[in-house]
Amino acid sequence: MQKIMVCIKRVVDYNVRVRVKPDGSGVMLDGVKMSVNPFDEIALEEALRIKERVGNIEVVAVSIGVADTQQQLRTALAMGADRAILVQTDTAVEPLTAAQTFLALAKKENPDLIFLGKQAIDDDANQTGQMLAAIWERPQATYASKVEVGDGKAMVTREVDAGLETIEVDLPAVVTVDLRLNEPRYVKLPDIMKAKKKPLDVTSLDALGVSATVFLKTVKTEPPAQRQKGVMVKDVAELFGALKKKGLI
Amino acid sequence: MHKILIIGEHDGKAVNPATAKCVTCATAIVGADITIALLGADTASVAAQAAAIAGVKTVLRIDRPENEHPLAALFAPQVAALAAGYSHVFGPSTSFGKDLMPRVAALLGVSQVSDLMAVEGAHKFRRPIYAGNAIITVEADASKTLVATVRIASFEAAAGGGSAAIETKSLDVALPSHTRYVGTKSGSTDRPDLQTAARVVSGGRALASAENFKILYGLADKLGAAVGASRAAVDAGYAPNEMQVGQTGKIISPEIYIAIGISGAIQHLTGIKDARTIVAINKDGEAPIFEVADYGLVGDLFQIIPELEKMLSA
Repeated sequence: MQKIMVCIKRVVDYNVRVRVKPDGSGVMLDGVKMSVNPFDEIALEEALRIKERVGNIEVVAVSIGVADTQQQLRTALAMGADRAILVQTDTAVEPLTAAQTFLALAKKENPDLIFLGKQAIDDDANQTGQMLAAIWERPQATYASKVEVGDGKAMVTREVDAGLETIEVDLPAVVTVDLRLNEPRYVKLPDIMKAKKKPLDVTSLDALGVSATVFLKTVKTEPPAQRQKGVMVKDVAELFGALKKKGLI
Repeated sequence: MHKILIIGEHDGKAVNPATAKCVTCATAIVGADITIALLGADTASVAAQAAAIAGVKTVLRIDRPENEHPLAALFAPQVAALAAGYSHVFGPSTSFGKDLMPRVAALLGVSQVSDLMAVEGAHKFRRPIYAGNAIITVEADASKTLVATVRIASFEAAAGGGSAAIETKSLDVALPSHTRYVGTKSGSTDRPDLQTAARVVSGGRALASAENFKILYGLADKLGAAVGASRAAVDAGYAPNEMQVGQTGKIISPEIYIAIGISGAIQHLTGIKDARTIVAINKDGEAPIFEVADYGLVGDLFQIIPELEKMLSA
């Protein structure tokens, strides 16, 4: 095992309450705090832990996005990634284009493992990792809650609806991570200083030979239907009576 | 006419109810001609069940020993081969479908519509983004195959009583050996399945221990309910991961959802907002769960649950 690639996405911070623009043209993003997608942070943390355990592995953080995505890649470098690559583009790309872009990078970098978050918390698409594995013609292990790397293969425990499923995959492979895989480290100030000196290359879709396809057009964005606030009951008897009356119990 | 292929989910014995919900979604497309494909080692009995779902015209059995466990890397090339001649390929937005369908979409050279929640037209759909804080309407390129996962909490299961034709199909597709199934661990119970249960009792951090969490099981059994948990309760080890309800867990739509000691983080509410009735029991009257609850009760859950159980037994 020599190299791990981690794909990260710049997204609206987890704590921001996203609001829909009144004209229905999208969500309000002006001046909103942006962060590394939380699942991608877990993906990077896992790569770093494998590096710390096994030693002598290069961790490369890659992203696709606007110029400011360099901030999130600097965060990745501060966490411990060795170098970073930004594929700069001003227009958001669909999951298939993202997967094609990561494939182009994978062909250059030849990683043994590619880690991604299972989904990004902006579009909640949950596609890119699976698509990358498909067009790379390599195994996929999605929703990982435990990853054990062995000689030329990995055992991955996956969070599935029925419980925990374990699969074995040959390397190289794509692993998408779930919440309970690990708890990402906090970045310390000296690491932020060190990260400024680490290499961060900027390239483009054109340079990688990827043309962005638009398959899905968003024609409208609306706020969700709100549930009405109900009634407060004073005790168990009143609750029981109300549910009984509605035939719910 | 739109030829719609639905990838059925099953465990070899029973067809997952998510499949019948995908059928309902498909029938919302005008002129839908619906086929269910079942991949497995031996799909004879599940094919008979799938054929009984109303609205289905054909059930395709793709039996081969390698299909015993649903590995996306093995299923996807078979589904992609099947997809020729279909305008739409749907799978459920369960861990099975979410794993498989994007791999199928990539092989077909298209992006996927994830978590399809409403049909506006044959190529126009609504889906949630930002944990359900916004709903977008998307229009897909009609010249390409439409691949989607169906948000099953948004659709009722199609009725029974159908009589689809069952066909056996063998596909000449080479399968990779790079991915191998090892095993599954699940806390199997006799309780109803969380994803499809009509009643759900769910517990949060306020249960304070795995031991205390067990008091929910007694209440659930009295109600014939499934048991769920908030992410906080799962992270703390009070309940296993398959019980998690919310943005990153299961998204459910029971008739009644009883949230006990759950404060109601937005990520949790995402998982329950399609519930018909929400009951919240929490000692903090300011908890956000009360904003969405139909019935709210402020108090100590350790007193309320035994009291409620007693009334249910009376």
